[in-house]
Amino acid sequence: MSAVEPAIRTRGLTKRFGRLTVVDDVALDVRAGDRYGFLGPNGSGKTTTVRMLLGLVHADEGEIEVLGQAMPRRARAVLPEVGALVEGPAAYPHLSAAANLRLLDAAGPAGPRADRRGRVAAALEQVGLGGVGRKPVRAYSLGMRQRLGLAVALMRAPRLLVLDEPTNGLDPQGIREVRELLETLNRQGTTVFLSSHLLAEVEQLCTRIGVVDRGRLVLQDDLATLRRPTGRVVVSSPDSDRVAGLLDGRLHSRTGDRIVVRAADPAALNAELVAAGVRVAGIAAEQRRLEDLVLEVIGAGSDRVDGPVRP
Amino acid sequence: MIRVELVKLLLRPRTWITIALLAALPTLVAILLALTDIAPRPGDGPVLLSQVLGNGRLFPAAALAIVLPIFLPVAVSVVAGESVAGEASQGTLRYLLVRPVGRTHLLVAKLVAVVVFILLAVTVVAVVGYVVGTSLFGSQPLPTVSGRTLSTTEQVLRIVAAMLYVGWSMLGVGAVALFLSTLTDSALQAALGALAVLVSSTVLVTLDAADTLKPYLPTRYWLAFVDFFRDPILWRDIERGFALQAVYVVVLLLCAWAAFATKDVTS
Repeated sequence: MSAVEPAIRTRGLTKRFGRLTVVDDVALDVRAGDRYGFLGPNGSGKTTTVRMLLGLVHADEGEIEVLGQAMPRRARAVLPEVGALVEGPAAYPHLSAAANLRLLDAAGPAGPRADRRGRVAAALEQVGLGGVGRKPVRAYSLGMRQRLGLAVALMRAPRLLVLDEPTNGLDPQGIREVRELLETLNRQGTTVFLSSHLLAEVEQLCTRIGVVDRGRLVLQDDLATLRRPTGRVVVSSPDSDRVAGLLDGRLHSRTGDRIVVRAADPAALNAELVAAGVRVAGIAAEQRRLEDLVLEVIGAGSDRVDGPVRP
Repeated sequence: MIRVELVKLLLRPRTWITIALLAALPTLVAILLALTDIAPRPGDGPVLLSQVLGNGRLFPAAALAIVLPIFLPVAVSVVAGESVAGEASQGTLRYLLVRPVGRTHLLVAKLVAVVVFILLAVTVVAVVGYVVGTSLFGSQPLPTVSGRTLSTTEQVLRIVAAMLYVGWSMLGVGAVALFLSTLTDSALQAALGALAVLVSSTVLVTLDAADTLKPYLPTRYWLAFVDFFRDPILWRDIERGFALQAVYVVVLLLCAWAAFATKDVTS
């Protein structure tokens, strides 16, 4: 497997529902081995894009390639290697988790039937539902359903995971577990495509992001590139007045004790300040936060409708 | 996938409750008849019922006639209407499709499940009808509506033929519901839509002003299965009914396929 092989690539992907263009000329580029975060406000076209990648919704224009093959034309060959969680988990409520997984496993292209029980047990184990027993899914909590949804996605050891809001309904501990699980799978070679509106989730897990806003891909890059140092250093000091005086001319901004200085090397700056007898409480190279990056490129969420209130 | 659909159908408590209720109504009718000994006059009430008091072996056919107008089509509409729409509203449709299960394949599996449900329902009603009928009304060689007595083999063949004809008529209902089921994400809407078609058809069949439409109404020839119990069998309506349902089934299934194969699954 070469490092640049694309896991997902779209060109000019466009979808209209009636007169509304939901996805507009989107060119995704996800490489094998990426942990890709697909970000965007609610209603920005994330889920529709995910559905097109999986062949559930037909694109009006554009091409989709998943794992090197055209979708939806080659769905039969591609999808067995893709695990998906789309817009929340779903299951037959009167059946147990294991029965649900067995049914779904049996529904698809034939696999070795003898391993089915093993595969099902392993998938449940992986998501922390190993001891859930025969209780019907109807009685599950939101978090348990979410875990079951993940088990569905993981069952056939897919090369690509497409996960839409995978931590929805999980408690902080569950969220951490899922993150660690995804990191482990990624280290073993699984590409992770994670669609979410939770910046923190994406920031903690992903290596590469794409941001959609009102159907358009407005940003796509490696997180490390986006968050490279800005060439400024943040200093916090109880003697902030003296710092400001000392570094006058190199000062970028100052809010209370927090001073942003134009300087490339925090270590050198620290030495300089300490030599001048200034107390330094904290010093670090300034990094751009994902939140700032994203809010810079997108407008208000589409669930916000501004305008004069009419009685 | 076909196996999976059958497992889903048979593991579902609702399937068996529905079939039990289907068999319960004719049983109740039989018990009332046996207790009161008041049979409907010939021409009144469900077909064939006037004659079962004399002979329980005719009761399987009478039982079919009792559930045929409303109860059986309602059950078939519910099961077929749910087939795709139910998976959609439950959210399981998207997971089946990305598993992947081909759309045509999925539709065929759903159709097979509907056919199995129909056969199961018709068989249970007929068998329960036979057991209840013979134990309550006694068992004599079956006379036809026209009077001649039939051999046992002939009886069985005719009853099986009647069951298959009723099942074929019900497949017409199933095809309507299955088609609607691919259009909507609500199982209820699909089932009610199919029933609306049937109710309209039933109303028009009784209307003289609708004479020109009658030969094309889906419920027009449903009761023709009674003609299997005439001697000789009166094939005219049976043949027409069979052909008419065949047209409905084929056209509607093609519509269902066309709708589902191109559908954007947004559920």
